[in-house]
Amino acid sequence: MSHDHDHNHSELSDIELRVRALETLLTEKGYVDPPALDELIETYETKVGPKNGARVVARAWADPDYREWLLKDATAAIAELGFTGRQGEHMVAVENTHDTHNMVVCTLCSCYPWSVLGLPPVWYKSAPYRSRAVRDPRGVLAEFGVTLPEDTKIRVWDSTAEVRYLVIPRRPVGTDSWPEEDLAELVTRDSMIGTGLARDPNSVGETA
Amino acid sequence: MTLPADILETPRLPLDQDGGPVFSAPWEARVFAMTLQAHRAGVFSWGEWAQALGVELAKDGDGSGDTVGYYDRWIDAFEKLLREKDVAASGELKALKAAWDEAARETPHGQPIVLKTTDGTPCS
Repeated sequence: MSHDHDHNHSELSDIELRVRALETLLTEKGYVDPPALDELIETYETKVGPKNGARVVARAWADPDYREWLLKDATAAIAELGFTGRQGEHMVAVENTHDTHNMVVCTLCSCYPWSVLGLPPVWYKSAPYRSRAVRDPRGVLAEFGVTLPEDTKIRVWDSTAEVRYLVIPRRPVGTDSWPEEDLAELVTRDSMIGTGLARDPNSVGETA
Repeated sequence: MTLPADILETPRLPLDQDGGPVFSAPWEARVFAMTLQAHRAGVFSWGEWAQALGVELAKDGDGSGDTVGYYDRWIDAFEKLLREKDVAASGELKALKAAWDEAARETPHGQPIVLKTTDGTPCS
Protein backbone atom coordinates (compact mmCIF):
# COMPACT_ATOMS: atom_id res chain seq x y z
CA MET A 1 0.00 0.00 0.00
CA SER A 2 1.60 3.25 -1.02
CA HIS A 3 0.37 6.53 0.34
CA ASP A 4 2.05 9.87 0.04
CA HIS A 5 1.84 10.59 3.70
CA ASP A 6 2.63 8.42 6.64
CA HIS A 7 -0.31 6.28 7.68
CA ASN A 8 1.68 3.72 9.58
CA HIS A 9 0.31 4.73 12.91
CA SER A 10 -3.29 4.40 13.96
CA GLU A 11 -5.64 7.27 14.31
CA LEU A 12 -8.94 7.65 16.10
CA SER A 13 -11.49 10.34 15.36
CA ASP A 14 -12.38 12.89 18.00
CA ILE A 15 -15.67 11.21 18.75
CA GLU A 16 -14.04 7.78 19.02
CA LEU A 17 -11.54 9.22 21.48
CA ARG A 18 -14.35 10.62 23.61
CA VAL A 19 -16.16 7.30 23.60
CA ARG A 20 -13.00 5.43 24.58
CA ALA A 21 -12.25 7.94 27.34
CA LEU A 22 -15.74 7.47 28.73
CA GLU A 23 -15.45 3.71 28.59
CA THR A 24 -12.09 3.69 30.36
CA LEU A 25 -13.32 6.00 33.10
CA LEU A 26 -16.59 4.16 33.68
CA THR A 27 -14.82 0.80 33.65
CA GLU A 28 -12.21 1.96 36.15
CA LYS A 29 -14.95 3.19 38.45
CA GLY A 30 -16.86 -0.03 38.13
CA TYR A 31 -19.96 1.36 36.43
CA VAL A 32 -19.34 -0.38 33.15
CA ASP A 33 -18.34 -3.98 32.63
CA PRO A 34 -16.72 -4.34 29.18
CA PRO A 35 -17.83 -7.94 28.46
CA ALA A 36 -21.41 -7.07 29.43
CA LEU A 37 -21.14 -3.94 27.31
CA ASP A 38 -20.06 -5.98 24.28
CA GLU A 39 -22.91 -8.37 24.88
CA LEU A 40 -25.41 -5.53 25.03
CA ILE A 41 -24.03 -4.01 21.85
CA GLU A 42 -24.15 -7.35 20.11
CA THR A 43 -27.90 -7.37 20.47
CA TYR A 44 -27.95 -4.24 18.28
CA GLU A 45 -25.52 -5.61 15.70
CA THR A 46 -28.18 -6.03 13.10
CA LYS A 47 -29.48 -2.54 13.67
CA VAL A 48 -27.11 -0.70 11.40
CA GLY A 49 -27.84 -1.54 7.80
CA PRO A 50 -26.47 -5.11 7.57
CA LYS A 51 -28.73 -5.75 4.60
CA ASN A 52 -27.12 -2.96 2.61
CA GLY A 53 -24.10 -5.05 1.69
CA ALA A 54 -26.32 -7.94 0.62
CA ARG A 55 -28.07 -5.66 -1.85
CA VAL A 56 -24.74 -4.54 -3.26
CA VAL A 57 -23.59 -8.13 -3.76
CA ALA A 58 -26.91 -9.23 -5.25
CA ARG A 59 -26.75 -6.37 -7.74
CA ALA A 60 -23.20 -7.34 -8.69
CA TRP A 61 -24.29 -10.95 -9.25
CA ALA A 62 -27.26 -9.93 -11.36
CA ASP A 63 -25.78 -7.07 -13.35
CA PRO A 64 -22.34 -7.56 -15.03
CA ASP A 65 -21.92 -3.83 -15.63
CA TYR A 66 -22.54 -3.07 -11.99
CA ARG A 67 -20.11 -5.83 -10.99
CA GLU A 68 -17.41 -4.30 -13.15
CA TRP A 69 -18.06 -0.85 -11.70
CA LEU A 70 -18.02 -2.22 -8.17
CA LEU A 71 -14.65 -3.88 -8.71
CA LYS A 72 -13.23 -0.75 -10.28
CA ASP A 73 -14.69 1.91 -7.98
CA ALA A 74 -16.53 0.39 -5.06
CA THR A 75 -17.02 3.70 -3.23
CA ALA A 76 -19.01 5.16 -6.13
CA ALA A 77 -20.85 1.96 -6.99
CA ILE A 78 -21.97 1.51 -3.39
CA ALA A 79 -22.92 5.17 -3.04
CA GLU A 80 -25.13 4.70 -6.11
CA LEU A 81 -27.33 2.43 -3.97
CA GLY A 82 -27.44 5.08 -1.29
CA PHE A 83 -24.95 3.70 1.21
CA THR A 84 -22.17 5.98 2.30
CA GLY A 85 -20.15 6.09 5.48
CA ARG A 86 -20.33 9.14 7.64
CA GLN A 87 -16.60 9.65 7.30
CA GLY A 88 -16.67 8.88 3.59
CA GLU A 89 -14.45 5.82 3.82
CA HIS A 90 -12.90 4.50 0.68
CA MET A 91 -14.40 1.13 -0.20
CA VAL A 92 -12.72 -1.68 -2.09
CA ALA A 93 -14.62 -4.75 -3.30
CA VAL A 94 -12.74 -8.03 -3.65
CA GLU A 95 -14.28 -10.96 -5.49
CA ASN A 96 -14.06 -14.59 -4.52
CA THR A 97 -13.32 -17.06 -7.30
CA HIS A 98 -12.38 -20.71 -7.44
CA ASP A 99 -8.74 -19.67 -7.31
CA THR A 100 -8.90 -17.05 -4.59
CA HIS A 101 -10.89 -16.65 -1.42
CA ASN A 102 -10.79 -13.24 0.25
CA MET A 103 -11.06 -12.59 3.93
CA VAL A 104 -11.07 -9.29 5.81
CA VAL A 105 -9.54 -8.47 9.17
CA CYS A 106 -8.68 -5.36 11.12
CA THR A 107 -7.18 -4.70 14.47
CA LEU A 108 -9.29 -1.59 15.09
CA CYS A 109 -12.98 -1.88 15.73
CA SER A 110 -13.53 1.20 13.62
CA CYS A 111 -12.01 -0.35 10.53
CA TYR A 112 -15.11 -2.12 9.38
CA PRO A 113 -17.35 -1.20 6.47
CA TRP A 114 -20.29 -0.57 8.74
CA SER A 115 -22.22 1.49 6.21
CA VAL A 116 -22.74 -1.73 4.26
CA LEU A 117 -22.29 -4.40 6.95
CA GLY A 118 -23.66 -2.85 10.11
CA LEU A 119 -21.95 -3.06 13.48
CA PRO A 120 -18.90 -5.31 13.64
CA PRO A 121 -19.51 -8.63 15.39
CA VAL A 122 -17.63 -9.09 18.65
CA TRP A 123 -15.43 -11.86 17.26
CA TYR A 124 -14.20 -9.52 14.52
CA LYS A 125 -12.72 -7.30 17.19
CA SER A 126 -11.36 -10.14 19.30
CA ALA A 127 -7.60 -10.59 19.65
CA PRO A 128 -7.64 -14.26 18.55
CA TYR A 129 -9.39 -13.45 15.27
CA ARG A 130 -7.18 -10.46 14.59
CA SER A 131 -3.95 -12.32 15.10
CA ARG A 132 -4.91 -15.71 13.68
CA ALA A 133 -6.70 -14.50 10.56
CA VAL A 134 -3.36 -13.47 9.15
CA ARG A 135 -1.24 -16.36 10.41
CA ASP A 136 -3.66 -19.22 9.96
CA PRO A 137 -6.60 -18.19 7.80
CA ARG A 138 -7.44 -21.76 6.85
CA GLY A 139 -7.65 -22.76 10.49
CA VAL A 140 -9.88 -19.77 11.27
CA LEU A 141 -12.14 -20.62 8.35
CA ALA A 142 -12.42 -24.20 9.57
CA GLU A 143 -13.67 -22.87 12.90
CA PHE A 144 -16.33 -20.98 11.01
CA GLY A 145 -17.24 -24.26 9.32
CA VAL A 146 -15.78 -23.30 5.98
CA THR A 147 -13.56 -25.73 4.11
CA LEU A 148 -12.12 -24.60 0.79
CA PRO A 149 -10.58 -26.71 -1.96
CA GLU A 150 -6.85 -27.29 -1.43
CA ASP A 151 -5.96 -25.29 -4.52
CA THR A 152 -7.93 -22.20 -3.49
CA LYS A 153 -5.60 -19.47 -2.30
CA ILE A 154 -6.67 -17.40 0.67
CA ARG A 155 -5.97 -13.72 0.56
CA VAL A 156 -6.30 -11.73 3.78
CA TRP A 157 -6.96 -8.00 3.58
CA ASP A 158 -6.04 -5.80 6.50
CA SER A 159 -8.44 -2.86 6.72
CA THR A 160 -7.21 0.59 7.55
CA ALA A 161 -8.88 3.77 8.66
CA GLU A 162 -8.87 4.82 5.01
CA VAL A 163 -9.77 1.63 3.19
CA ARG A 164 -12.58 -0.80 4.00
CA TYR A 165 -13.10 -4.04 2.15
CA LEU A 166 -16.23 -5.79 1.03
CA VAL A 167 -15.95 -9.40 -0.06
CA ILE A 168 -18.14 -10.46 -2.97
CA PRO A 169 -18.86 -14.11 -2.24
CA ARG A 170 -19.24 -16.61 -5.08
CA ARG A 171 -22.72 -16.81 -6.49
CA PRO A 172 -24.26 -20.18 -5.66
CA VAL A 173 -24.92 -22.43 -8.66
CA GLY A 174 -28.50 -22.89 -9.73
CA THR A 175 -29.54 -19.30 -9.10
CA ASP A 176 -29.32 -18.04 -12.67
CA SER A 177 -32.96 -17.10 -12.93
CA TRP A 178 -33.24 -15.63 -9.44
CA PRO A 179 -34.36 -12.02 -9.08
CA GLU A 180 -32.04 -9.66 -7.20
CA GLU A 181 -34.08 -9.50 -4.03
CA ASP A 182 -34.03 -13.30 -3.66
CA LEU A 183 -30.30 -13.35 -4.34
CA ALA A 184 -29.78 -10.85 -1.54
CA GLU A 185 -31.30 -13.36 0.87
CA LEU A 186 -28.38 -15.68 0.17
CA VAL A 187 -25.76 -13.12 1.13
CA THR A 188 -24.83 -13.34 4.80
CA ARG A 189 -22.78 -10.87 6.78
CA ASP A 190 -20.02 -13.42 7.30
CA SER A 191 -19.86 -14.15 3.57
CA MET A 192 -19.07 -10.47 3.00
CA ILE A 193 -16.28 -10.56 5.60
CA GLY A 194 -15.00 -13.76 4.04
CA THR A 195 -15.51 -15.97 7.07
CA GLY A 196 -18.49 -17.60 5.43
CA LEU A 197 -19.93 -18.51 2.05
CA ALA A 198 -23.20 -17.47 0.49
CA ARG A 199 -26.15 -19.55 1.66
CA ASP A 200 -27.11 -22.75 -0.10
CA PRO A 201 -30.08 -21.83 -2.32
CA ASN A 202 -31.84 -25.01 -1.20
CA SER A 203 -31.72 -23.84 2.40
CA VAL A 204 -33.85 -20.82 1.62
CA GLY A 205 -37.56 -21.55 1.50
CA GLU A 206 -38.65 -21.11 -2.12
CA THR A 207 -41.94 -19.60 -1.19
CA ALA A 208 -40.52 -17.45 1.59
CA MET B 1 -35.60 -6.23 19.98
CA THR B 2 -37.68 -3.87 22.02
CA LEU B 3 -36.43 -1.74 24.86
CA PRO B 4 -37.74 -1.52 28.42
CA ALA B 5 -40.58 0.96 28.87
CA ASP B 6 -38.57 3.50 30.87
CA ILE B 7 -35.85 3.60 28.21
CA LEU B 8 -38.50 4.36 25.60
CA GLU B 9 -39.23 7.56 27.50
CA THR B 10 -35.99 8.95 26.04
CA PRO B 11 -36.71 12.11 24.05
CA ARG B 12 -36.78 11.55 20.26
CA LEU B 13 -34.94 8.22 20.47
CA PRO B 14 -34.56 6.91 16.87
CA LEU B 15 -36.27 3.52 16.67
CA ASP B 16 -36.81 1.00 13.90
CA GLN B 17 -40.06 -0.77 13.07
CA ASP B 18 -39.39 -3.49 15.64
CA GLY B 19 -38.95 -0.93 18.39
CA GLY B 20 -35.17 -1.36 18.57
CA PRO B 21 -32.69 1.52 18.59
CA VAL B 22 -31.17 2.72 15.32
CA PHE B 23 -27.56 3.80 15.00
CA SER B 24 -25.62 5.31 12.17
CA ALA B 25 -22.19 4.34 13.48
CA PRO B 26 -20.73 1.80 15.91
CA TRP B 27 -19.67 4.43 18.46
CA GLU B 28 -23.30 5.51 18.79
CA ALA B 29 -24.30 2.00 19.86
CA ARG B 30 -21.37 2.00 22.30
CA VAL B 31 -22.29 5.25 23.99
CA PHE B 32 -25.95 4.18 24.09
CA ALA B 33 -25.02 0.91 25.78
CA MET B 34 -22.70 2.68 28.25
CA THR B 35 -25.49 5.06 29.22
CA LEU B 36 -27.77 2.09 29.84
CA GLN B 37 -25.13 0.40 32.00
CA ALA B 38 -24.35 3.53 34.01
CA HIS B 39 -28.07 3.93 34.65
CA ARG B 40 -28.37 0.29 35.74
CA ALA B 41 -25.37 0.77 38.03
CA GLY B 42 -27.34 3.50 39.75
CA VAL B 43 -25.42 6.54 38.57
CA PHE B 44 -28.63 8.32 37.54
CA SER B 45 -32.32 7.63 37.09
CA TRP B 46 -33.65 7.41 33.56
CA GLY B 47 -35.78 10.46 34.26
CA GLU B 48 -32.64 12.46 35.07
CA TRP B 49 -31.07 11.19 31.88
CA ALA B 50 -34.09 12.12 29.76
CA GLN B 51 -33.97 15.61 31.18
CA ALA B 52 -30.23 16.03 30.59
CA LEU B 53 -30.58 14.82 27.01
CA GLY B 54 -33.60 17.03 26.44
CA VAL B 55 -31.56 20.10 27.41
CA GLU B 56 -28.88 19.26 24.84
CA LEU B 57 -31.38 18.40 22.12
CA ALA B 58 -33.15 21.71 22.67
CA LYS B 59 -29.96 23.40 21.48
CA ASP B 60 -30.68 22.07 17.99
CA GLY B 61 -33.49 24.51 17.64
CA ASP B 62 -35.21 23.04 14.65
CA GLY B 63 -36.08 19.82 16.48
CA SER B 64 -35.73 17.85 13.28
CA GLY B 65 -34.60 14.79 15.23
CA ASP B 66 -32.18 13.76 12.54
CA THR B 67 -30.33 10.57 13.49
CA VAL B 68 -27.02 12.06 12.50
CA GLY B 69 -26.32 14.57 15.20
CA TYR B 70 -28.63 12.98 17.71
CA TYR B 71 -25.87 10.95 19.31
CA ASP B 72 -23.51 13.91 19.22
CA ARG B 73 -26.00 15.60 21.53
CA TRP B 74 -26.28 12.37 23.46
CA ILE B 75 -22.55 12.17 24.22
CA ASP B 76 -22.52 15.87 25.23
CA ALA B 77 -25.37 15.23 27.65
CA PHE B 78 -23.77 12.03 28.97
CA GLU B 79 -20.45 13.72 29.75
CA LYS B 80 -22.23 16.61 31.40
CA LEU B 81 -24.43 14.43 33.58
CA LEU B 82 -21.41 12.38 34.67
CA ARG B 83 -19.70 15.60 35.72
CA GLU B 84 -22.78 16.70 37.65
CA LYS B 85 -22.86 13.34 39.39
CA ASP B 86 -19.17 13.65 40.28
CA VAL B 87 -18.38 10.50 38.36
CA ALA B 88 -16.11 12.34 35.96
CA ALA B 89 -14.12 15.34 37.12
CA SER B 90 -13.79 17.79 34.27
CA GLY B 91 -10.09 17.21 33.67
CA GLU B 92 -10.40 13.46 33.91
CA LEU B 93 -12.10 12.76 30.61
CA LYS B 94 -9.84 15.24 28.87
CA ALA B 95 -6.72 13.48 30.17
CA LEU B 96 -8.03 10.07 29.17
CA LYS B 97 -8.91 11.33 25.74
CA ALA B 98 -5.39 12.67 25.30
CA ALA B 99 -3.98 9.36 26.52
CA TRP B 100 -6.03 7.42 23.97
CA ASP B 101 -4.96 9.78 21.25
CA GLU B 102 -1.33 9.28 22.14
CA ALA B 103 -1.77 5.51 22.37
CA ALA B 104 -3.37 5.44 18.92
CA ARG B 105 -0.62 7.48 17.36
CA GLU B 106 2.07 5.30 18.88
CA THR B 107 0.39 2.14 17.68
CA PRO B 108 1.48 0.83 14.30
CA HIS B 109 -1.50 -0.04 12.19
CA GLY B 110 -2.27 -3.70 12.55
CA GLN B 111 -1.79 -3.73 16.32
CA PRO B 112 -4.57 -3.35 18.85
CA ILE B 113 -4.54 0.07 20.49
CA VAL B 114 -3.91 -0.36 24.18
CA LEU B 115 -4.02 2.29 26.83
CA LYS B 116 -0.89 1.91 28.92
CA THR B 117 -1.86 4.34 31.64
CA THR B 118 -3.44 2.04 34.19
CA ASP B 119 -0.33 2.44 36.29
CA GLY B 120 0.82 5.93 35.50
CA THR B 121 -2.49 7.61 34.83
CA PRO B 122 -1.97 11.34 34.39
CA CYS B 123 -5.35 12.09 35.88
CA SER B 124 -4.86 12.10 39.63
